[in-house]
Amino acid sequence: MSSSAIDQTVEQILNLAAAHFKVPREKLTPDDDFFKTLGINSLQALDLLTRLEQHFRIELPDYELQGVSDFRTLANRIQSRL
Amino acid sequence: MSDFKGETLSWQIVNGAIELALHREVCNEISSLTLTELEKFAVALPKLASSAHALIIYSKQQAGFCAGADLRELFERGQKMDKSAALQGVREFLERIHAVMNAIDAASIPTIAAVHGVTFGGGFELALVCDMIVADRMARFCFPELRLGLIPGFGGIPRLKRDLGNAVVRDLLLTGRSFNVTKAQQIGLVSQIAAEGEALRVARGTASQMGKFDRTTSAAAKAFVKPIPYDELKREIDIFCDLYSRPAVEEGLRKFVQNEGPQPYLP
Repeated sequence: MSSSAIDQTVEQILNLAAAHFKVPREKLTPDDDFFKTLGINSLQALDLLTRLEQHFRIELPDYELQGVSDFRTLANRIQSRL
Repeated sequence: MSDFKGETLSWQIVNGAIELALHREVCNEISSLTLTELEKFAVALPKLASSAHALIIYSKQQAGFCAGADLRELFERGQKMDKSAALQGVREFLERIHAVMNAIDAASIPTIAAVHGVTFGGGFELALVCDMIVADRMARFCFPELRLGLIPGFGGIPRLKRDLGNAVVRDLLLTGRSFNVTKAQQIGLVSQIAAEGEALRVARGTASQMGKFDRTTSAAAKAFVKPIPYDELKREIDIFCDLYSRPAVEEGLRKFVQNEGPQPYLP
């Protein structure tokens, strides 16, 4: 997968997360720990996962996200399912 | 009693439909108290059903429909008693909740689970008891039990097998993964999808339509198309109890309960 594709996916994730969790977009960067930056718990992380699946029209099993906490790695996992 | 307000749930008749609302913080984890209040509902159900045309089960908690069994209570109870007493307690809990689930499954009126958000484990099993699931587009389903060394214990496997093909059942059980409402509809688990926050409204409309039909005919159709797998349900309790008494389960529960990270311990 190309780095530009990853960058585009990261950008979409950041926009979606900022809008849904009402965090200023400029405060989010690709390498942020999204649990900390968004201030979300595990239930809210599931909500984010569902929104990402709907946005990208993919199925992303939660076991593929174990240990994933930054937006860039999340984008990689999503790209592998597109 | 025509209406009830408990600590974990409440019910009332609204426009001819019984509405059973779950409202225990954080996400309706099913505790001993929940079970006691569900038993009250199961006792009241036949009389309620005589003056209602449908049952809707929904959650008032923002996080979701129900996150399943109260694993913290399960773990802590196990720590306070010897292993044989703990196992006996688990078996009694399972037999009691199976009786509740079977009573709702066998209700003479149509039943709808209006779900949103987290619909996991025992919460998923409660939804499967109903005749149909109306799901908010943000609903998410999961049987995570195998990740803790157990199987679903509230009737989940027999009822999942009743509704879905065996290959799909194996995927959901053996991976323990969660899946969204699109997948749930694809595999035939969810029959209607509602917009975010609209599952209860859609369920009410569906219940109203169901109420137009002759009660005896509806009950006959339901009994014909949705047999209750009693033998498999009994076997499920035995298998769950066999698995529960192993040290690996205690360790899995301990890690889950004592985990303080943002993500739950689920291998």
